[in-house]
Amino acid sequence: MSDSEKIKKFDNSVIQWIDKRLPIFSLLKKEYVRFQVPRNFNYLWNFGAILLVLLVIMIVTGIFLAMNYTPHTALAFDSVERMTRDVNYGWLMRAVHMNGASFFFIAAYIHIFRCIYYGSYKNPREIVWILGVFLLMMLMVTSFTGYCLPWSQLSGWGTTVITSLFSAVPLVGDSLVTWLWGGFSVDNPTLNRFFVLHFLLPFILCAFVLLHIWAIHTTGSNNPTGVEPKSGKDTVPFHPRYTAKDSFGLLLFLIVFAAVTFFAPFALTEPEHFRPFDPLQTPEHIVPEWYFLPFYAILRAFTMDICIPFTQIVLLSAKLQGVLALLGSVVVLLFLPWLDTSPVRSARYRPVYKWCLFLWVVSVVVLGYSGAQSAEGLPMLFGQIGTFFYFFHFLAVMPLLGKFEKTLLIPDSISEAVDKKMGMKN
Amino acid sequence: MRKIISFLVLFAILFLSVSAVAGESVPPLQHNWSHKSLFGTYDREAVRRGYQVYSEVCSLCHTMKFVSYRNLADIGFLPKEVKNIAAQYSVTDGPNDDGEMFERPALPSDTFMSPFKNEKSARAANNGALPPDMSLLVFAREGGEDYIYDLLTGFTPPPTGIQAQTDIYYNKYFPGGQIAMPQPLSDNLDQSAQDVVQFLAWVSDPYMEQRKRMGVKVILFLLVFAGVTFKIKQRVWSKAGKGKTN
Ligand code: HEC
Ligand code: HEM
Repeated sequence: MSDSEKIKKFDNSVIQWIDKRLPIFSLLKKEYVRFQVPRNFNYLWNFGAILLVLLVIMIVTGIFLAMNYTPHTALAFDSVERMTRDVNYGWLMRAVHMNGASFFFIAAYIHIFRCIYYGSYKNPREIVWILGVFLLMMLMVTSFTGYCLPWSQLSGWGTTVITSLFSAVPLVGDSLVTWLWGGFSVDNPTLNRFFVLHFLLPFILCAFVLLHIWAIHTTGSNNPTGVEPKSGKDTVPFHPRYTAKDSFGLLLFLIVFAAVTFFAPFALTEPEHFRPFDPLQTPEHIVPEWYFLPFYAILRAFTMDICIPFTQIVLLSAKLQGVLALLGSVVVLLFLPWLDTSPVRSARYRPVYKWCLFLWVVSVVVLGYSGAQSAEGLPMLFGQIGTFFYFFHFLAVMPLLGKFEKTLLIPDSISEAVDKKMGMKN
Repeated sequence: MRKIISFLVLFAILFLSVSAVAGESVPPLQHNWSHKSLFGTYDREAVRRGYQVYSEVCSLCHTMKFVSYRNLADIGFLPKEVKNIAAQYSVTDGPNDDGEMFERPALPSDTFMSPFKNEKSARAANNGALPPDMSLLVFAREGGEDYIYDLLTGFTPPPTGIQAQTDIYYNKYFPGGQIAMPQPLSDNLDQSAQDVVQFLAWVSDPYMEQRKRMGVKVILFLLVFAGVTFKIKQRVWSKAGKGKTN
């Protein structure tokens, strides 16, 4: 671009002055105004923008909470309670932050489902997808460490249960747990480091979000047909079409968020979360937050130690199997771009796969149900079947079905698909 | 899209089943509390009577460490009344300039006095059981208001087969059925229990009314904003539908 062109870029002289020295406005204009995107996004494409806004909401409310919070075992519970009662609008900040975490996961799970349904992880968007899985992992650690901070019964016991899992690591397990705790039980050092991590991780998350967006703006977005844009007819500039559509979707989401936050802020909170942590009194049910329930069920699904045949020597204890499966359930997502062998991206044109995916969603819901019950009887069995299906889908259905499935006719281009739909409507 | 809707429905079912996790005791009966409905507010009269019950009975054993006397103004006590209520209690303060602790009448800014010096003395006076702090009691029990009401009105002699013990009382709503708290209310039982439960509900969630009021405004604002945005979106897209870019 020549100099004279640059000078004419912005009418506002202040913006022009800044842009000449730091081309941040040019960048925004390129990435969010003129940026070409497929014209056929549905509302499932809103959730990336929704997640961005939620991240900002969480950081802003989190900073206010942190200003009034004391990371000490003797004071943490009281400081949270004092802040909600005696700090102006403390109750509001806490209600938004607590429910924000749940809505963060709702948005993230829908966002991920969108990627899986429309095959967004496939070539050339593997890196966008992998960065996304990293974001999910960081989100999980962030909310897990955050849940520890109020130092309630569930904070303390949840932390104890989950950190103790590391003891399943062969040989170094117990030392590893002691190292994580900073002592011989979940205590003040644990709370302190969790607070630091909980404060730090969201900012690292922000950095990864930038990479995630950078990558998607390099490859361009997928769309419901899964067909790459071929000509100018297939795309529209981001602004004003998608700024308008994203804003509308975001507002609908915020309405639901506000309804829960203002009218049922404790609907998702267990009674045990309102009792201070007592290391001598184990609660009857230790349940994680709802968004961890499917993973919790996978963790508990394994009950049999694997021994060397005809001996009592344990090769792989049930606990270790559970931990590996838990890790595997997220790590497997990293490999989806290569596990899915189908040349067709969008499940729209994959009649059999569509049903398999539906079964996978059902298995996740069943796992969630199972995770909320005590680990015995029918719910336990459901958990085991759900675990099987969860992995079966990724490790067997995806690689094999892609090779054998007879897919429907794929439209030549996005605009052809859109025109056909419009035609059907008229 | 149909798939997504069924996904959401299944998730709703999941939520319901999660909230159905209950203990092994008799589940609490469902009562009607004015403040529990969508736009419901606290029944001030009942909450104030409930404070009376609490201060005369429950506060002999239970602490309420997150509530200050000044908070009573929120349920309609006048500043002078709050001052007088506080002044009935005495607080250990200090040390003063001579290095001595001293007693003074409580101020509205003080939190509710604890009946016992510390946890050990509370347990010693209650056969080893600790009367839980009441600031969050409604939230901290499965069943909330309903459970506490049933507990207060559900004391019975031990059923045949269970041997009566001294200092252990029988209440089928308490997990395990045997509770260390003697029946605290007996005169005008139903009314007092209802009142004190409503007081405890207010104590656990003192900002409920303000929150709901703000919620109405926030949601109305978002609805209007969403409506306008929808119109803009329609406008922008109707132009886009026909032609090509821009
Ligand atoms: C004589 C002392 C005493 C008085 C007075 C008293 N309580 Fe208690 N309360 C206790 C003790 C002790 C416990 C713990 C019981 C246990 O753990 O077995 C308890 C526990 C409770 C519980 C919790 C039960 C549970 O699920 O853990 C509630 C609710 C309760 N009391 C309500 C009240 C109310 C309301 C009043 C006033 C009307 C009151 N108490 C007056 C001693 C008392
Ligand atoms: C990625 C975004 C974030 C998520 C998903 C998240 C999640 C959570 C969760 C689940 C809790 C427990 C809430 C409760 O039970 O009360 C919590 C508490 C807390 N968070 Fe965050 N958080 C995020 C960002 C932040 C940030 C950026 C800060 C500070 C800079 C912060 C500070 C706090 C503090 C101080 C608490 C404890 C107070 C409380 O429990 O209410 N959070 N967070």
